[in-house]
Amino acid sequence: MTNETVFIDKALIPHHLNFGNFAVAWTKGNFAVYFLNSVIYTVCVVTGIVFISSLAAFAFSRLKFPGKNIIFYMFVGAMMIPLPGSFVALFVLVTKLHLVNTRFGYILCMINVGLSMSILLLKTFFDKMPPELEDAARIDGCGKLGIWWNMAMPFARPAIAVIVIFNSLNVWNEYILAMLLLEDTKLMPLQRGLVVFQGANSTDYPVLMAGLTMAAIPIILICLAMQKYIVKGLSSGEVVG
Amino acid sequence: MNSKVKATAILKDNLQNFFFVLPAFAIFCIFYIYPFYKMINLSFYDWRGIGPMHFIGLANYKELMSDHLWWNSIWHAGYITLIALTFQNVLAFALALACDREIRLKRFYRAVFFIPPVLSEVVVGLIWNWILNPQMQNGQYIGLLNHFLYTSGFPQLVHNWLGDPKTALTTIAIVHSWKGFGWGFIIFLAGLQTIDKQLYEAAKVDGASAWKTLTNFTIPMMLPVILVVVILTILGSMQVFVLIIAMVNEGLVNHTDVPVTRIFSAMQNVNRFGYACAEAVIFGMILVCVSFIMKKLSDKAKQA
Amino acid sequence: MRKVITLCSCFMLVLLAGCSQPPKPSNKLHLWHWMTDRNDTFLKLAQEYKQETGIKVSIQLFAPSDSYSQKVIAAAQADVLPDIYGILDKKSIVADFIKAGLVADLTDAMDADGGSWKNSLFDKGLADKSFEAGNIYGVKPGIYGVPIDVTNEQMLYNKKLLSKAGINAPPKTFDEFIKDAQALRRVGITPFVSGWGELWLLDCFASNYAFNIMGEEKIFATYRGKVKYTDPDWIKVFNIFTELRDKGVLIDGIVTKGNKYAEQDFALERAAFAFNGSWCVNVYHNMNPNLDYGVMPPPPISSAYPLKIWGSAGSSFVVNAGSPNKDKAIAFLKWLTAKKQQVVLAQETNNLPSNKEALSVISPILEEFARGMDQSTHPNIWPLNEDPSVSEAFDKGIQDIIIGEKTPLQVAQDVQEVKDRQMAKGNYSR
Repeated sequence: MTNETVFIDKALIPHHLNFGNFAVAWTKGNFAVYFLNSVIYTVCVVTGIVFISSLAAFAFSRLKFPGKNIIFYMFVGAMMIPLPGSFVALFVLVTKLHLVNTRFGYILCMINVGLSMSILLLKTFFDKMPPELEDAARIDGCGKLGIWWNMAMPFARPAIAVIVIFNSLNVWNEYILAMLLLEDTKLMPLQRGLVVFQGANSTDYPVLMAGLTMAAIPIILICLAMQKYIVKGLSSGEVVG
Repeated sequence: MNSKVKATAILKDNLQNFFFVLPAFAIFCIFYIYPFYKMINLSFYDWRGIGPMHFIGLANYKELMSDHLWWNSIWHAGYITLIALTFQNVLAFALALACDREIRLKRFYRAVFFIPPVLSEVVVGLIWNWILNPQMQNGQYIGLLNHFLYTSGFPQLVHNWLGDPKTALTTIAIVHSWKGFGWGFIIFLAGLQTIDKQLYEAAKVDGASAWKTLTNFTIPMMLPVILVVVILTILGSMQVFVLIIAMVNEGLVNHTDVPVTRIFSAMQNVNRFGYACAEAVIFGMILVCVSFIMKKLSDKAKQA
Repeated sequence: MRKVITLCSCFMLVLLAGCSQPPKPSNKLHLWHWMTDRNDTFLKLAQEYKQETGIKVSIQLFAPSDSYSQKVIAAAQADVLPDIYGILDKKSIVADFIKAGLVADLTDAMDADGGSWKNSLFDKGLADKSFEAGNIYGVKPGIYGVPIDVTNEQMLYNKKLLSKAGINAPPKTFDEFIKDAQALRRVGITPFVSGWGELWLLDCFASNYAFNIMGEEKIFATYRGKVKYTDPDWIKVFNIFTELRDKGVLIDGIVTKGNKYAEQDFALERAAFAFNGSWCVNVYHNMNPNLDYGVMPPPPISSAYPLKIWGSAGSSFVVNAGSPNKDKAIAFLKWLTAKKQQVVLAQETNNLPSNKEALSVISPILEEFARGMDQSTHPNIWPLNEDPSVSEAFDKGIQDIIIGEKTPLQVAQDVQEVKDRQMAKGNYSR
């Protein structure tokens, strides 16, 4: 594809593919570095969210402690308030914590972004877990952590798959917070590379398209891989014991 | 003595339980409370993002109450949400039910339905701008939709979908639903997996019709999941904005304004950070109320 | 359980740890910018600079420009701005940055050596970040920014499409323009496209004609609240859009069109006229190298006052007043705007150089743009600006006229209503 044919072709599939665009996108967009960063961010954030949110959701669903409901509604309420108003404050905070321009700072912020929704979704699934399952586990000598890990997590596997997909997508496609909190080109995620192609004034559409395609492939693969878990549970009889 | 031991045991238990929530709670407190506090605080100020801050009390809120553009934007978001709740979620639920059964090519469908949510808003904007393009060149419609309508014998339906105040918002709502229904689909599908299939068999043995099984059995079982999807749809649709910018830029006059674009506009076009924060606070409160009502409604439905 | 506790404590420790260091002078400069199209050239120039002087300039790109603006505002709050950066906001915000001590006064550096640096640059480019004596913002007069290119917004015409409609010369007056547009319509060509989904571009077009119809004194008097938007002259400005609409001049869907899409339309010959900034030369060249077009100022509608186009610094850099490397930063900017580097920037990115001496190397079409600098003006060099809320109502009102929802009089009344409200709040001069 060239810039002209992008606009003129009515066919969805271009008449002649130019694989050179992919090479240009890869090298010019500095994709190798960004790609690796995006993988690191996605893996860390998603793993963090799955553990932290499932622990919390398990407690909200199954355990008792004072202030439980208030804290839960706080999390749910936090989802409702749009973030744009707090960008400046967030940056000041992260700077004060000396986490600006660090991978760790960005990862923590992204975990925070995904936490509420994940807790809400997981709690809904944990609530559906039959109490007999829990009792059986307790008789087998499982502690609370054991029940969480051995019973609740496998039971909620479809929901965890949804959370993995949702948050992977979120991190993979995110760039506003990355721009705000990171500085070094070496730390930037993939979307930074794509933004360069959508220049302020000129956009190189064929290269942009090639870049978008390359950026989308890994995430589509993750989604397809995770989808298996959403439906696998039942066919293998693992989930409902 | 005995009760004291018991009390310490309970305390220890509570503390232990609380440790499950602690990581989430700590991150939340650090990264949410301070920005949130700052936002509420700023909403009482007149501030341009830099320079001096003037405390003006409730003036931002007072102005907000009579700002009809703001309340229109909430109505617009509500309209998009309504379409998403009905059109998008019913479709998602029906498709999830279908894919839960043994149908041919269900793997394929599952993959296909999930492509739109994976696409970034930029791509969706590019695709739909190209489909909805209202222009003509050399006597042919450039946009796919108008071209299709014209060549398939409905020239009277050819329309500037995004340029007409009557259709712009609905068009956006439909594109938004197109992009979003995959989420509902996949969560519903996950929810359906947790229903014991033996119960379906039992219903079949009892001679219940497919419709009866659905209304008496599947839907009640799915109620909590439906509630989550509804809440997520409300949140996702009320806070939609990247898609709108990608499709109509700064908007068709004010007919496509939604709360988040108003907040951005207050920050970037007119440099009123305090006002933007007041908008965000009010908007958040509205969303909390809506979700609370949803929760109460579903609790009632559960009891019934 | 214990693991969780240990994990959490580590977590808190990491978060609370860290100590701050005061900035020290060094041989490394930090520069933040938003110009995706110029990033490669900047990096290349920074390399050269390091070889010449041993000073490393770390160039960091943040895009899109909205994200960049937010980053700069946030960094200003946290006091972590780099040595060199740009402020994309309105003049009043630039003034706030200066008053907060975040921008260095460059007047002395500009005036050194008999003003050789200052004299090499376009006045209009310098004026963008300069403050006159007695300015309404209360800023100490001086030059606070270094323009690295200049730009202006004009009209473009596609020669091939015009000749298809039997038009041999571009229109000289607004009436001729309307006639030409109708001739184009008759042969099935869309006359005019512009990215009026982006309010500033629409505002720019309307402002050009406001200057033409009533002159700058009356415009500024309106901003001061002395003249109302319901004044016949302002109605005339609004009427231009009624006429453009009724005579079928505008492309379908112009009020939601982003400039990127408008640029595609013109580059792919879907419209005969366009209204765009000088950066378009590069854009059109990338999309359609064979496009044959010319540049003209918007055709005047009245002979009462000269029609002014907008022209100013395309992008400027400022130096952080709190930077320990202030002098080195200024030296780098001086080097960046010297003839040799400006030639490189102009050639590689097809922008109008801010250094007048570099003009000799630009393409013929850019030269046509450059000629417009003489009759240009810009909100950033006006003594005062309209309240942004009023501007927003004004631009949205014009969109309303274009889609046929409101008459010019209704819009004028609506805008005046917003104006009265803002005047009552006492912040008309922001």
